[in-house]
Amino acid sequence: MIVTDRFIARTRLQDRAFSVLGATLTVGAMLFLGILLFDLARDGLSRIDWQFLTSFPSRRPGMAGVLSAWVGSLLIMLVTAVTAIPLGIAAGVYLEEYARKNWFATAIEINITNLAGVPSIIFGLMALGLFVFRFNFGQSILAGGLTLGCLILPIVIVSTREALRTIPRGMREAAYALGATRWQVARHHLLPYSLPGIATGVIIAISRAIGETAPLITIGALTFIAFLPPAPVTLDPEFAVQPLKWVWSPFTVLPIQMFNWVSRPGDDFLRNAAATGIILIGLTLTMNAVAVVLRYRMRRRIKW
Amino acid sequence: MVTSAAPRHAAPPVHAGPARMTATPPPIPTLLDSDVVRPAPPASRAIKAQVENFSFFYSTVQALADVSLPFRERAITALIGPSGCGKTTLLRCFNRMHDLYPGNRYVGRILLHPDNLNIVAREVDPISLRMRISMVFQKPNPFPKSIFENVAYGLRLRGIRSRSELEGRIQVALEDAALWGEVKDRLRKPAYDLSGGQQQRLCIARALANEPEVLLLDEPTSALDPIATSRIEDLIVELKERVTIAIVTHNMQQAARISDYTAFMYLGKLIEYGATAEVFQNPKCKETEDYVTGRFG
Ligand SMILES: Nc1ncnc2c1ncn2[C@@H]1O[C@H](COP(=O)(O)OP(=O)(O)OP(=O)(O)O)[C@@H](O)[C@H]1O
Ligand SMILES: [Mg+2]
Repeated sequence: MIVTDRFIARTRLQDRAFSVLGATLTVGAMLFLGILLFDLARDGLSRIDWQFLTSFPSRRPGMAGVLSAWVGSLLIMLVTAVTAIPLGIAAGVYLEEYARKNWFATAIEINITNLAGVPSIIFGLMALGLFVFRFNFGQSILAGGLTLGCLILPIVIVSTREALRTIPRGMREAAYALGATRWQVARHHLLPYSLPGIATGVIIAISRAIGETAPLITIGALTFIAFLPPAPVTLDPEFAVQPLKWVWSPFTVLPIQMFNWVSRPGDDFLRNAAATGIILIGLTLTMNAVAVVLRYRMRRRIKW
Repeated sequence: MVTSAAPRHAAPPVHAGPARMTATPPPIPTLLDSDVVRPAPPASRAIKAQVENFSFFYSTVQALADVSLPFRERAITALIGPSGCGKTTLLRCFNRMHDLYPGNRYVGRILLHPDNLNIVAREVDPISLRMRISMVFQKPNPFPKSIFENVAYGLRLRGIRSRSELEGRIQVALEDAALWGEVKDRLRKPAYDLSGGQQQRLCIARALANEPEVLLLDEPTSALDPIATSRIEDLIVELKERVTIAIVTHNMQQAARISDYTAFMYLGKLIEYGATAEVFQNPKCKETEDYVTGRFG
């Protein structure tokens, strides 16, 4: 035998040491997160009730609520998702499957990866100039949604490309060999097979966007909104169908509302802020859970 | 046809051929004795595809060097040679699979008859080419879809919509590929639940369903058991009446049993091409003889 017992004992010790180290760090991190959540819950959980969810902000903390904030967050996310997801997936498929692999494609690729790391406030500045002033969208839900759309676009593109790359070469070749065009290959094979990966990336991107504050403040989101955007269909005072009028409405979002309350004096406002934080974290965790379930369910159907 | 003028090795007597073949380990003895001595094919069948002074480059790496050989109609041409000699590379030129990756370069011509189309010309549309030429890959690569959808896919790409027509054609293709009996009750089940050999037969069915003019087979039976192998061989022999077949194989017995013409390749070059009986029993080059008798490769 080449190997000695002492040598085996040593490698085993290294293995042990690493697993102990890993476990300690994991538990430490979990503990830290746990304390954070516990602290937040202690301050704010009791504040979350029907009144809190259905009231507009108010100068009196006991009567204040997050109605305009969560509606704003949801609508902003809707605009973000509707613009960034199709665009990002299309761009990812184009870069991966259509674009010729030359220096230009490489330059674009590097740029996109860099964009994913640009501080979000820079996106806010860009959006202020482009959407708010140049396109005259004002400080509207449309401008806010597009801003966050730009912010997550690189993430969607990168995760689409990565998901496409996990598809075995033989699968693409089989489809092409049967006479499929690039579009047919993308439509019938690549997209369906990479959907779990793409969906995960998209949801993680959106849950990042939902917590973004800086770029929205930069484009001038309001901190005090005591009305809802116009509904698509109204009966009162007169019947009107205005499916897209809400996109022009001013808005606030949960993190801005939270920020606003944190900066005010008094424990009661702090409780409001903590409660808002819990809602925000709840939203994020829910979306991440959806991502996990989605990935699991779709992975089960596709295997190679 | 001999492309390299290697000095001719002392030719063994013709009747020694079969005896020499049995000297290599026989997989199925019964098939060997009867089939190795195939009658030579009719002298000149019409040429379906002609490879002319053809070279191929993976970016800067040359994988094929000045290859010229015909692929005849209603005949099976076997490509043999040691691993890495460029058999797969040559096969994949016929349906322009190399187009999918950047930097690959074709030099020379591959003419497809009757229309005298240069397959590797830039202006030839690879899609319309692939509609006429089907391929079975070295590694089984079914889609992660149902068995039915796998075979239906090529037909759908060719615009066949009618349910009954699809079903009919799929059944025929699966029967041809010797798979129907095993899957007829589970057509809606995922193709990935099939065994490796069944997956390969599914891929054969998928290629056959399209009624190609040329069928490219890259070691189609390397993952199959002897029974499935001999059924596929029977199928290939039967099919040659309808389609021109090019088959890559590492199995000398198989090449001897089913092919009409054999091309021996080595290091990206064509060493010898001729009627299979000639190449196996009376090879003109020393390398060919060593290879077919199992002395190297
Ligand atoms: N994508 C590639 N890039 C660069 N070189 C390649 C590529 N694919 C194959 N080659 C090289 O080209 C040569 C021929 O490869 P090919 O796959 O055609 O061999 P083969 O005859 O099919 O071998 P086998 O019998 O093992 O399948 C080999 O030397 C291989 O290393
Ligand atoms: Mg090969």
